[in-house]
Amino acid sequence: MSVIVRDDGFHAEDWAGAVVELAPDTDAGQLAALTAGAEMVRVAFPAFSDGRGFTLGRRLRALGFTGRLRAAGHVIADQYAMARRSGFDEVEISDELAARQPEAQWKARADWQAHEYRARLRG
Amino acid sequence: MYNYSDFDEAFVRTRAAQFRAQVERRLDGSLTEDEFRPLRLMNGVYLQLHAYMLRVAIPYGTLRADQMRQLAHIAETYDKGYGHFTTRQNIQFNWPKLTDLPDIIDALADVQMHAIQTSGNTIRNVTTDAFAGAAADEVADPRPVAELIRQWSTDHAEFQFLPRKFKIAITGSAEDRAVIRAHDVGLELVKRGDEIGFKVLVGGGLGRTPMLAPVIREFLPKADLLPYLEAIVSTYNLMGRRDNKYKARIKITVFENGLDTFRAAVEEEFARIRPEFSGVDQEVLAGIEAQFAPPAFKNTPVEFYEKSLAVDPLFKAWATQNLAAHKVENHAIVTVSIKEHGATPGDASADQMRLLADLADRYGYGELRISHEQNVVLPHVAKADLPAIHAELLRAGLATANVGLLSDIIACPGMDYCALATARSIPVAQEIATHFKALGLEEEIGGIKIKISGCINACGHHHVGHIGILGLDRAGVENYQITLGGDAGPLAAIGERAGPGFAYDEVVPAIERILRAYLAIRAGREETFIETFRRLGPAPFKEALYGEARDAA
Repeated sequence: MSVIVRDDGFHAEDWAGAVVELAPDTDAGQLAALTAGAEMVRVAFPAFSDGRGFTLGRRLRALGFTGRLRAAGHVIADQYAMARRSGFDEVEISDELAARQPEAQWKARADWQAHEYRARLRG
Repeated sequence: MYNYSDFDEAFVRTRAAQFRAQVERRLDGSLTEDEFRPLRLMNGVYLQLHAYMLRVAIPYGTLRADQMRQLAHIAETYDKGYGHFTTRQNIQFNWPKLTDLPDIIDALADVQMHAIQTSGNTIRNVTTDAFAGAAADEVADPRPVAELIRQWSTDHAEFQFLPRKFKIAITGSAEDRAVIRAHDVGLELVKRGDEIGFKVLVGGGLGRTPMLAPVIREFLPKADLLPYLEAIVSTYNLMGRRDNKYKARIKITVFENGLDTFRAAVEEEFARIRPEFSGVDQEVLAGIEAQFAPPAFKNTPVEFYEKSLAVDPLFKAWATQNLAAHKVENHAIVTVSIKEHGATPGDASADQMRLLADLADRYGYGELRISHEQNVVLPHVAKADLPAIHAELLRAGLATANVGLLSDIIACPGMDYCALATARSIPVAQEIATHFKALGLEEEIGGIKIKISGCINACGHHHVGHIGILGLDRAGVENYQITLGGDAGPLAAIGERAGPGFAYDEVVPAIERILRAYLAIRAGREETFIETFRRLGPAPFKEALYGEARDAA
């Protein structure tokens, strides 16, 4: 089982529709074609040290994707703000990780909109 | 100089609190050691051979006197009374305790400093010319742009987990005192007509596969900088290799895919994201530029300085070696060598830091710089004050007149501190310096750059030394390879290996053979070592190194 993390804390899975899965090595040139018409895109994070998913998320939003965007796999609480700033709506983690890094540690980064240099410089 | 905005202040305080919580969460098991590692790294905390090491950023090498005093305070309170200035304008403390680190980070924040992104696979401290804003030969002061890049790259959500570390250097002068050709991205401020922009280089680096960065854009308009950098790093984040850490730097990405392919991907992404930037970054930049306005330079006459030069040979020797031309005629740029013969290159004691801070307050408009060559620079000093500064430096043992000479060596910490090192580098530097001083040959030999690395990662920049020394481990025994003809400036070159390596106690005699050969074959005193090398190539030096033994073999 897994836990869905949003700004207001932990949730059970609540999506029953179709999902477009993207691996971290997805060709950036294919992003628009792969996600055309999708309502939910789930980007895999096989290891927390692999940051490709952040760029994929940001580029999907830049291409105009407005559906639900989920970062799934090994994302740690310290990366929650990075995921949100990169365009993800939510993070999906394992029960084991949710037990080790409980809800409070994620909610501590629910203020991801504060203190962001890039947003300030982009305007 | 730059003063933190309320935004900067709130940011570093929040970040310090997050780091304190991360240390606690490591101790209570919320974070595994694997997960904690990149988090401590992106806050400058390494695990070294004997202890944790904290690497503190000195953004674009610029320090205020009060910041230097705080570094002295940290060295005394949490370390063994000294710090180590690095080749990338950082200061390292080698002996802090993990549990003291959050307090040190708070102490840094008290003087608008931090250790953010001085390590880890992220965009590192942006470095520049130590003479920026003072040099007579620059197009524009590169520090405001460096500060803009610092802000943009700090905690950039997309770029905290790159394939590998990412280093940016910027120069405002074609003389390039920032080694931009050996960086992941190198920027040179250039003029096209009246318009200021950037020449952009990408994919340089030293390490085990040294490469000089090719030009990806001859002229980038100033306002396009952040989106263009973002396009480069974003492209690298997706395209860079993650299967082998030795092939993960952008130099390999550019090399393996070809510059044209890489450039096409960057330009495509740039075109897409350029409109996302509203131009507000240029307003922020204008605000930063205003803060870097030069001080009100004193109008003191230079007669006393000129008289002192004529009558005081010690002062004259120091002035000849340690001063550089300032953009204002009656001022000079002072490089204070912290490389007394036999000292550890880059180390400064708390007392030395305080003295330098006091000198900066009294004579240097409160400003200091750390050079990539690991010396301390007072960028603005009225020539009239130079004799007084020299006298005080003499009393403190800081008047070594060796800037640009043989003993002004760049050396990595080597096996004395570093967990990666395969050989000692500091003692080699010390022995070269004291040996040639004893021979009395240092001034005769003149300008030369010797650089020493204690392992293949090349933190001592040996590839771009006129003479480079690389310490390796051969079956448990230290062995030193010598490279010749490297250069870090506008004529950047990767040195070529001279031949088989040397045992530890053979290194100094080998360097002496090279330099005696140079003295014998140079066209005259005014031809420096590297100029002789460029004229004659490596053959005469190889012969001096290996001579008949090689012919017989």
